[in-house]
Amino acid sequence: MIARLAENVSPRAATALVLLLLALLVAPWFANDYLLTVLILIFYFAYTGQAWNIMMGFTGQLSLGHAIYIGLGAYTTAVLFSFSGISPWLGSFAAILVTVLCGAMIGFLAFRFRVSGVYFAILTIAFAEFARIGFDHLSYVGGSAGFFLPVANYTQSDLWTLRGKPIMFYYLSLGMTVAAVVMCHIMISSRLGYFWLAIREDEEAARAVGINTFRYKLIAVVISAAMTSLAGVFFAFYYNNLFPEEVFSINRSIELILAPIFGGLGTLFGPILGAFMLTGLAETLTTTLAALGVDVPGAKQVFYGICLLLVITVLPDGVWPWLYRRLGLAGRCE
Amino acid sequence: MSTDIYLNVAVSGVLTGLVYGLMALGLSVIFGVIRVVNFAHGEMTTVAMYLAVVLFATLGLDPLLMMVPIAGVLFVFGYALQRWLINPFINRPEHSQFILLVAVAIILANGLLIVFGPDARSVQTSYAFDSFMIGPLIVDATKAFAGLAAIAVAAALFAFFRLTQLGTAIRACADNYTGAQVIGLNVPRLYALTFGLGAACVGAAGAMLALVTDVTPPLGPSFTLLAFVIVIVGGLGSMPGALAGGILIGVIAALAGLLYTPSAKGMFVFAILVLVLLFRPQGIFGRRA
Repeated sequence: MIARLAENVSPRAATALVLLLLALLVAPWFANDYLLTVLILIFYFAYTGQAWNIMMGFTGQLSLGHAIYIGLGAYTTAVLFSFSGISPWLGSFAAILVTVLCGAMIGFLAFRFRVSGVYFAILTIAFAEFARIGFDHLSYVGGSAGFFLPVANYTQSDLWTLRGKPIMFYYLSLGMTVAAVVMCHIMISSRLGYFWLAIREDEEAARAVGINTFRYKLIAVVISAAMTSLAGVFFAFYYNNLFPEEVFSINRSIELILAPIFGGLGTLFGPILGAFMLTGLAETLTTTLAALGVDVPGAKQVFYGICLLLVITVLPDGVWPWLYRRLGLAGRCE
Repeated sequence: MSTDIYLNVAVSGVLTGLVYGLMALGLSVIFGVIRVVNFAHGEMTTVAMYLAVVLFATLGLDPLLMMVPIAGVLFVFGYALQRWLINPFINRPEHSQFILLVAVAIILANGLLIVFGPDARSVQTSYAFDSFMIGPLIVDATKAFAGLAAIAVAAALFAFFRLTQLGTAIRACADNYTGAQVIGLNVPRLYALTFGLGAACVGAAGAMLALVTDVTPPLGPSFTLLAFVIVIVGGLGSMPGALAGGILIGVIAALAGLLYTPSAKGMFVFAILVLVLLFRPQGIFGRRA
C-alpha cells in the first residue's frame, strides 16, 4: 500500500512532503489561535478543491454549483444532530447518501441529455440556486432566518459530537485533507483514473475505445459530491450556523474552485498550494490593511481580484506545474 | 375582476422582462460571436445602474435620456476589456476564461463598494408614480417607457447586424472564424466591437433598471444568473430569442410572485431553466446546432 503510494514520487518530493506534514502536525504548539483558524480555512479549501478537482481536473466536467453538496451535507448532519442528537460521524453517512443521490440525479440528467461544457456548468448553477431558494422557504430548518447548532462550552473538546476548540477542528481538517489527497492519488493511478483522464482529453475517442463514458462521468460526479458533502459537515459544525444565502450561495461554489485552478488543475498538490496561496494572500491583505489603518470595505477584494487576474494571465496552467519544474521535484521517470 | 389582476401583473412582467431581455441580449451577442461567456455581465449592469444613479443625483439627468451616454461609456469599457484582457484567452479552455471574468467581476463589484458604500441607491423621477389607464389595464409609466426603450435599442442593434457592412462582417466572424481571417477581416477588432456592443446593451438596460429597482454593489451575480437563464431559455446566440426569453421569464416570475410568494419566484425561473436545458438545449427560439 505504502509502496504503491510512493510510486512516481521522486525522493526529493517525498522528503519535502514528509517534512511539510510533520510541520503541520506540530504547528498547533507554535501557532496562536488566529494562525490556527487561518490554517483551518486553508485545509477547508484544500479539501473542497481536491473534491472538485475530481470532476473538473480529472474528468473535465466544469461544475459551478458545488455549493449544493456543501449545503446538503451541512443541513443533513446539522438537522440530525440538533433534532435527534445523532453524532455527525453517523450523520455523515446520511449526508453522503443524500448528496450521492443528488449528484447522481444531476449527473444522470446532464449526461443522459448530453448537456456539456458551458451548458453543464450553468445546469449545476441552476440546481444550486434552486436549492438555495428552496431552503430559504423550508421553515422546518428555519428558512432564511437560518439554522443554529447548539453551542457547547469551549473548555473541552468532544470529538464524537464535534463540539469544541479550534485545535480539534485543525486536526480534523488536516486529516480530511490528507485523506482526500491519498484517495485522489489512489484513484488517479488506477484504471478508473485513466478512464477519467481519457474522457477529459477526448470524450469521443474514449467512447471509441470502449469506455462507458456515461458511467465513469457519473462516478466522478458521485465521488466528488460525496467528498464535498463532508466539507459541508465540517462547515456546519465549525461555524455552528447555517443560512441558505450563505451555504448555497454561488460565491461558495466559486470560492471553492479558485484554489485548484490557481494551484494547478488536475494535479494532486495544486489545490493545496492554491489554498495556501489564496487564503494566505487574503489574510495578509487583511492584516496589512488593518496595520496601515485603511478601513475601506472592498479594497482587499479588489486587490485579490487583480492578483487572480495576473496569475490566470501569466500562469494559465496554475502555479504548481510551474513551481514543480522550478524546484526540480519531478522524478526520473518524467 | 380577478382576471384583471392577472392581466395587470402579466403586462408589468412583460415590460420588466423586456428590460431584462435587453441586458441578456448583450450576453447573447457576446457569446454568439466570441464564444466567451461573460461572467461579469451582472457586475457591468450594476456599474451602469450606478452611473445612472450618480448622473441623476448630481445633475438631475433623467436615466431614460442618459441611457445613450451610459451605453457609450459601457461600449468603451467592453471594447477595451475584450481588446486587451479577453482576446488572449479566446482559444484557452472555458474554465480559464471563467476565472478571468470572475476576477473582473470581483474587481468591479468591490470597486463599486469602495466608491459608493454598501447602501442601496435609487432614482426617484417626477413620473415615478404616474400610470396609464388602457381599458382595464393600469400600466406603470416608468415600466412602459423602459419597455419601449428596450425594444428600440434591440431593434437598432438588430438593424445594425442585418443592414450594415460592419454588422455583416461580425456575423461572418461568428459563422466561420478561420474563413473570416482568410478573407482579411480584422477579427480581434471585430470581436472587440462586438463585446463593446454587448456591453452597450448592458449600459442601456442598466440605466433603465435603475428606474425600476434599487442598486447595491453585490447585486451583480443575480443579474448574471438572470441573464443566463433568459438567453438559454430564448436560445444562446439568438437575438430575438433573448428578448422573447426576457418577456417569458418576466411574465412567469411576475405570475409566480402573485400565485405563490414573491421571494420564491426564482425557483420557478430555475426550474424552467433546468427543463429547457434538458429537453430543448438550443432554447425555445434557437436553431439546432
